[in-house]
Amino acid sequence: MSESLLEVTGLGVRFGTPDGEVSAVQDLNFEVSAGECLGIVGESGSGKSQSVLSLLGLLADNGRASGCAHFGGRDLLALSAAELAAVRGAQIAMVFQDPMTALNPYLSIGSQMSLVLRRHEQLSPRAARDRCTEMLTSVNISDAANRLDSFPHELSGGQRQRVMIAAALLCRPRLLIADEPTTALDVTVQAQILALISQLREQFDTAVLLITHDLGVVAGHCDRVLVMEQGQRRDYGGVKEIFTTPAHDYTRRLLAAVPRIDAPGRQALPDTVDELLAVQDLSVSFRLPPLRWPGRARELRAVDDISFALAAGETLGVVGESGCGKSTLARAVLRLVPPGAGRVSLLGRELLPLQGESLRAARRDLQVVFQDPLASLDPRMTVRDIVAEPLESFQPELDRDSVTARVAELLGRVGLEAAHLNRYPHEFSGGQSQRIGIARALICAPKLVICDEAVSALDVSVQAQIIDLLLDLQQELGLALIFIAHDLAVVRQISHRVLVMYLGRAVELAAANELYERPRHPYTRALLQAVPIPDPDLERGRERQLLSGDVPSPLQPPSGCAFRTRCSFADARCAAERPVLHELHGGLVACHRAEEI
Amino acid sequence: MAAPQNQPVLRFAVQRLLGAIPTLLVLIALAFFLIRLAPGGPFDSEKQLPPEIETKLRAAYNLDDPLPMQLGRYLLNIAQGDFGPSFQYRDFTVSELIATGFPVSLRLGSLAMAIALLLGITAGTLAALRQNRPADYTIMGAAMTGISIPNFVLAPLLVLVFAVWLGWLPAGGLGDGSLRYLVLPVIALALPQVAYIARLTRGSMIEVLRSPFIRTARAQGLATHTIILRHALKPALLPVVSYLGPALAAIITGSVVVEQIFGVPGLGRFFVQGALNRDYTLVMGVVVFYGSLIIALNFIVDLVYGWLDPRLRQV
Repeated sequence: MSESLLEVTGLGVRFGTPDGEVSAVQDLNFEVSAGECLGIVGESGSGKSQSVLSLLGLLADNGRASGCAHFGGRDLLALSAAELAAVRGAQIAMVFQDPMTALNPYLSIGSQMSLVLRRHEQLSPRAARDRCTEMLTSVNISDAANRLDSFPHELSGGQRQRVMIAAALLCRPRLLIADEPTTALDVTVQAQILALISQLREQFDTAVLLITHDLGVVAGHCDRVLVMEQGQRRDYGGVKEIFTTPAHDYTRRLLAAVPRIDAPGRQALPDTVDELLAVQDLSVSFRLPPLRWPGRARELRAVDDISFALAAGETLGVVGESGCGKSTLARAVLRLVPPGAGRVSLLGRELLPLQGESLRAARRDLQVVFQDPLASLDPRMTVRDIVAEPLESFQPELDRDSVTARVAELLGRVGLEAAHLNRYPHEFSGGQSQRIGIARALICAPKLVICDEAVSALDVSVQAQIIDLLLDLQQELGLALIFIAHDLAVVRQISHRVLVMYLGRAVELAAANELYERPRHPYTRALLQAVPIPDPDLERGRERQLLSGDVPSPLQPPSGCAFRTRCSFADARCAAERPVLHELHGGLVACHRAEEI
Repeated sequence: MAAPQNQPVLRFAVQRLLGAIPTLLVLIALAFFLIRLAPGGPFDSEKQLPPEIETKLRAAYNLDDPLPMQLGRYLLNIAQGDFGPSFQYRDFTVSELIATGFPVSLRLGSLAMAIALLLGITAGTLAALRQNRPADYTIMGAAMTGISIPNFVLAPLLVLVFAVWLGWLPAGGLGDGSLRYLVLPVIALALPQVAYIARLTRGSMIEVLRSPFIRTARAQGLATHTIILRHALKPALLPVVSYLGPALAAIITGSVVVEQIFGVPGLGRFFVQGALNRDYTLVMGVVVFYGSLIIALNFIVDLVYGWLDPRLRQV
């Protein structure tokens, strides 16, 4: 191993609160060598971000750091505010999680980047601009000189994160700290960004401290790993060692809880099961004002001609990159967005023509669990009232006590206690809140529950519990589930069949195990290849073809096959003719060349 | 990529112009009927006019026509830029009256607003940077006092201290029009605005300073003044700008109280005197003028919004 770049000993972080001091990090020791990549892994609240922020003096006002952090012969924690500011951005740079909010929406990206150079290297505006152009080119942003005048909202999520990375590397820092740099991105873009960071790490000889909750990311990109829980170091060592012979029990539990894309999921249900939901040629369009004025209104086809059926007790997973229309599809089935063309029938009853009272009555059988558990619960209602609301709405004849009894019973069923009845949502953790959301969805004994990214905001261990709960409930109640998620490993775990969407269209629909093991559509294949596997040997040995570029604008989808602009198999026919879903080896695929590839 | 910049602005301007027409029409109609609903008329005064003369006067000004017809005629006239003659100031047209009063009020008001912006934004930003510390409490305490003291109290106090006791500045009038005469009325107009703008700025600045992109700027090692001036000021000014449209319209059309106390011949007094005298055309003229000014300033505010927030440019 080469010389040590950063050596942290006995790091503690405390926050002063009105209720006394809270300790976020205790006695943390680690070291980063020049040019290496150290991963810090932990669940939310483990102190992984706070420990790094404390090194740079970026803690909130009530935070205090103690201990030593030697970097370049100086103790970072002993530096004055001005000395530390001179280190930040110049010798140690940071990349944050959400590039939409971490970049200033009011400033052009050129100005934001130039400010860094003018601060640390006193460059003239012209020289700074040239350096920014150069750096944007090295993070693979095309037409860099003109891009400098763009604002963050004019870029895609992946491009924004590239800009963040470019801004961080401007002064050639010796250490790059990336705090969950790909968590807000699609898995395809995540793969691109991680590959970029690895490449730049060598090009600029920069050490990387990668903070993440995703063990797959660690397996593929880190040399050494630090596992944190409750502000303490649980495991620390080489990446192979951590994954094969973890020293601490917490690491073992974490590894066991991570859903793996290469782990077999559920077998498809036999065809004999009764059909519950049938969706036929469903389309949803939104009208947008014209770009130029006067001009024609633009049409955004969020869901384009989707058909599928769902049986009682079956789970259909829906996957695709953000903006592919998976949430709109769910909302169209739930009638939460104005229905476009097509048919949706539940137990033979047409849903789309329903209006007013009959629509309300039909909703009893259709329930939904949303992504953000806290945002989807009314903070001013007690848990009892939140869960009881649908029941009181659909069965107003029930008296208060029997409603409360039903709520209490259901709370027990989803793993909460009757003692929680009179509490408010903010008193619960994310996982508990999602259990409340599930209880609310189930109280009227619906036939179909749509989970729209229902476990995406949760830590892996909590995620695993919620998935187990959903599986149990499905078994017990014969529920049908539509499970929408961007995490393909989770979808495999819970789904019988999986629908893959791209730009509002269905590209593949097949039994889960079949689809994950033998993807027929090039897009499905690329998606699966982009998902990291939490196993260093497997992950580093994988052959992958990264999807290049971004998803085209849904306002101007490519002619013919929507995926052809990013597909390495595309030929003339793909541009001319739109492929339809057709049967291939038991599954459905929409690709002209599926048979050959 | 962004659409050509002038396109959305042009579209926006045309839309707003068309949208302003019904607003103005409603405003004119409301003012027209309201002032005529008020008891009395333009020719009531302490000395009773002989009935036949009043009848002739009413006929001369077309006041005996049915109301809708009067309104129609009025609209026709203002479409040609003619606000009619004043009933009270017999030798002047309403346009002439506005033309004499408005420049004075405009000068006072814009000076006051410029000072208010400069001081208010600076004080608010300083308070935000020293949140919940003595400097913050001092600035916000002063601002609260500034908001709470009405200017009919503040203005005489200023006169008492600076004109009567210290004798530094003239007590009233415009004199030779030099700056000396403007100082006290401008201060009286500006102080409550300073206070309000400081509070607005402090609130939004605190919020902006908590946002992730400020953390990024700090992680880039930028100096505090760069972070404030280059990163935080634009977003923090948004609430101030939206307050500015109506506030500016109110302040440059003249404050009745301040103009009265300092004896400044601005537009403000026409508001009140026109209404008291049932000077129909003067009231209408001032209302239309004020209304158009508010619409124009709100339009400018929206343009400034677009300049401050690039995300709004394409909507």
